[in-house]
Formats: sequence, C-alpha cells, structure tokens
Amino acid sequence: MSKKQIETWAPWVLLVVFILLWQLLCTVFEVSEFVFPSPARIWTQFWEFKGIIAGHAWRTFWVTMAGFGIAIVVGVLLGFVIGSSRLAYAAVYPLMTAFNALPKAAFVPILVVWFGIGVGPAILTAFLISFFPIMVNIATGLATLEPELEDVLRVLGAKRWDVLVKVGLPRSMPYFYGSLKVAITLAFVGTTVSEMTAANEGIGYLLISAGSAMQMGLAFAGLVVVGAMAMVMYELFSAIEKHTTAWAHRGSQNA
Amino acid sequence: MSAPILESASPWFVDFQDVWLAYNDELLKQNHFAVEAIDLQVRKGEFIAIVGPSGCGKSTFMKLTTGLKMPSKGKILIDNEPVTGPLKISGMAFQAPSLLPWRTTVDNVLLPLEIVEPYRSNFKAKRKEYEERARKLLQKVGLGGYEDKFPWQLSGGMQQRASICRALIHEPKMLLLDEPFGALDAFTREELWCILRDLWTEQQFNVILVTHDLRESVFLADTVYVMSKSPGRFVVKREIDLPRPRDLEITYTKEFTDIVHELRGHIGAMRSSAPAASGAITQ
Repeated sequence: MSKKQIETWAPWVLLVVFILLWQLLCTVFEVSEFVFPSPARIWTQFWEFKGIIAGHAWRTFWVTMAGFGIAIVVGVLLGFVIGSSRLAYAAVYPLMTAFNALPKAAFVPILVVWFGIGVGPAILTAFLISFFPIMVNIATGLATLEPELEDVLRVLGAKRWDVLVKVGLPRSMPYFYGSLKVAITLAFVGTTVSEMTAANEGIGYLLISAGSAMQMGLAFAGLVVVGAMAMVMYELFSAIEKHTTAWAHRGSQNA
Repeated sequence: MSAPILESASPWFVDFQDVWLAYNDELLKQNHFAVEAIDLQVRKGEFIAIVGPSGCGKSTFMKLTTGLKMPSKGKILIDNEPVTGPLKISGMAFQAPSLLPWRTTVDNVLLPLEIVEPYRSNFKAKRKEYEERARKLLQKVGLGGYEDKFPWQLSGGMQQRASICRALIHEPKMLLLDEPFGALDAFTREELWCILRDLWTEQQFNVILVTHDLRESVFLADTVYVMSKSPGRFVVKREIDLPRPRDLEITYTKEFTDIVHELRGHIGAMRSSAPAASGAITQ
C-alpha cells in the first residue's frame, strides 16, 4: 500500500477501531443502554426509525442550506464592502467582531417571538452563525493586496473597480472557498441548536424528544446523522475549492 | 507668461524643478520632507540609475515621476507636459514580481492592456494580436516555451523577466524599475542586466532604475545619481562615459571598477556624516 492510500484509508480505519472499542467497553462493563448506548443499539434504533430519521434529516438539511445560502449572499456582500473600503473596514469590523462573540443560541428565543415556532428561527440561526467567517475571509482577501501591484495598475489609470475585479476578487476566491468549509459545519450547528427549542421537526427536535423519552439510541443516531451530513458537505466544498482554485494549492498538486 | 513657450522648447524628457514632497500636511508643517530640492533633467531615451541607502526616498522619487504622488512644492514635467495624475506612458516593475498566480504568464503580461487606454476599449476584438505581441516579448527575454505556464511554475529570475514584460507590453515611453534584480542570485542578475540592456537598446525608452547595486548602476546607466538619506536629496551626479554597447566583460576593467569605487566613496562619506547633516536640516 502506498503512503497516499494509507492516508486515504486512515480516517475509516480509525472510525472502525473507535466503534469497536466503544462496543467492547459497553459489553464488558455492561453499561445501561439508557445511559450510554452501544453502537449496536444505536444501529438497531437507527434502522428501526430510519423513516422518521430521514424525514427529520431532510428538514434539517434544507433548512441549513437555506440559512447557508443567505449567509453566502450576505457574507460576500458585506465582505466586499468591508474589504474594498478602509473606512467601511474601520467602521464595521469592530461591531461585527462584537456581534460574532454573542452566543447565537441566545438569539433563538428572540427569533421565536418574531417568527414563531418553525423554519424561520432555524434558517436565521444557521445564517447568523455562518455568515461571519465568509465575510471575514472575503474582506481579508480583498484588503491584503500587494501595494506594488496596486501601483503597477494605478499608474495605468486603473480605477478601484478594475483593481477589485481583476485582482482582488480572484485573489480572495481561495479564502472564500476555505471559509465555506468552515461555515457549512457552523450552519448545521445553528440549525440543530435552534430546532431543539423552536421547532417540531428536524434533527434538533428529534434529539430533544428522543432524550425525554429515554430513547438514547435514537438520540445518538440523530447526532451521527447530523455529523455525517456536515462532513459530506464539508468534503463537497473542499472538492469544489480544490478544483476552482488549484493555483492556491500548488504544493499538494506537485506532490 | 513666457514660461509655457520656454517649456515646450525644453529638450528634457524628465524635468524636475526644485521638487519637494512631504507625505502629509502635518509633516509639511514640520518641514519634514521625504525628498527635497530635486532638480533633475533627463534626456529622451536616457538610462538613469539612482543609488543610495535604504529609506532615502528612492521609491518616493518613483511615485513622483509616475504621478502617483504630487509634489508639495516645485514642478515636474514629463515629455514637456506637467504631471497631473498617474502617467500612463510609464511601466513599473518592482523587486517582487507580483504576478497573478491564477493567470498564465502570457495572461499576466496582457493585464496592463486590459486596463490602459487605448488598448482597453478594443482588447476583446484584438486579443489575438495583443497575445501575439506578448508572446514575442516573452520570447525576446528568453521565456519562449514558458508562455502558458503559471508563474509559480517559473523560477524567480523567470518571474522577474515576465514582470518586466508586463511593464513593457503597452510600449511605455518610460520604464521605472525599483530594485528589480535585488532578490536574484548574482548570475541570474547579470543575465537580466543584459536582457534589460538589449531591450533598451532596441526600443530606446527612458529608464529610471532604482538600485542598491553600484555595479548594476554603472553597467547599465548613462547617468548615475546618488541620493542621501534624511534629507532625501540628490547629492552626486555621475555621467558614465563607458562606450556602448557594453559587455559584461567591461565590469572587470579598471575604468569600470574605478567608477564603482568613486560612487562607493560618495556613499561611504554620506553615511559617516549623515547624523550631523540630518540634525542641521530637521532644524
């Protein structure tokens, strides 16, 4: 097996080892399934409730994607404004940092008052939690232009807009795709947290109701599903990043 | 009102008349200038080099010449026109090649044509023709076969050649180079000296070369100016009367090394007396 193949398989091997170890501990110490379910129990519950889980998972998925979509639009626009104007950067950045420090879960009750129980709070929580990294990365990509290059272009009569479009935006693309990977996982967190208190559907709701019914296997199955969805989306954006901005990943390409 | 007539008759391509620059109003009030009392006249097609210690205002001088900065006092005429804004007849290259990694080498060289008039308006229509021109230029500097490679697939010296091509693609009348060979190894540097010499000999644009390297300045330039640091002034003007065309061999002759020595002497003297002088001026 080549080194590359080993690297590809390593996470799967680790996962299997982890599950086996978990199962072993549960069996050897006879841990109660109500306290800490074994992987086998999680699997049987997952299979038993697969229809229900799929319904909730789909709901969580599309709600997350909706919130994430809004986050991309708002994040890119704000990032563009902040990154292309020093004044806007100075004015907006500190406020945005303060906003980002707020726990987004705390917004859920407020959003419920405004939008009621349902998709509204979940979409907005997913959006609120995930637009920040997108905005910051676009702004950074635009603001860290080499001054020499700017001189080269300005002397030719380039307007701000020319420099932004020809240099700034393409330059910030790797930052942008990099931020999408982070943002999509955050968006899943936002949706799930919101659904736990403000929805009658979705994985978050499933977690709460399974927990209160002492269906720990089902609750864990729900967690696994969210984790799997987030990971698949992460890998998707990671692949898009590699294909669209290969020039920024030349190290791995030459290897 | 007779001044304009005099100016239009001026034989100089670059004409600095007692130019002072302070970077902002506060510094101006404190009489703190980045460059002072520059009087400089350059013939059309002349190759000048500016040497001096780091931070002496060489880069400021470049910004003044290209119209990226306006002088606080004095007047600058380029090609008999007063400088009022960025000067499109100039091309610039710096120590860092700063090529765009997502564009191929030839697309990098074409970038200025997408921005500067009159090329900009017909860039789409005439792209083929311009691309041909860029490829020719790249071949001339020894980058034939690398036109469609990305900059990060090229060595540092090759990137710098591409950067110079980018500065020349719109056929500027004036080429400004800010320590363009500073980051290269000695052999590559000498190779690029010759490439620059050949380009200049062929196209006869004006060159303003800012450098730390005295041998480089003497080998390439018609006139070498020595700048002092705080205050940033031109203190020595030295015509280099070595015959052209110059070959690298000339750098090992006695005449050549004598001139380098002489310039080195000026800079050495300046460095030892600098604290006293700056004390007197900032007063």
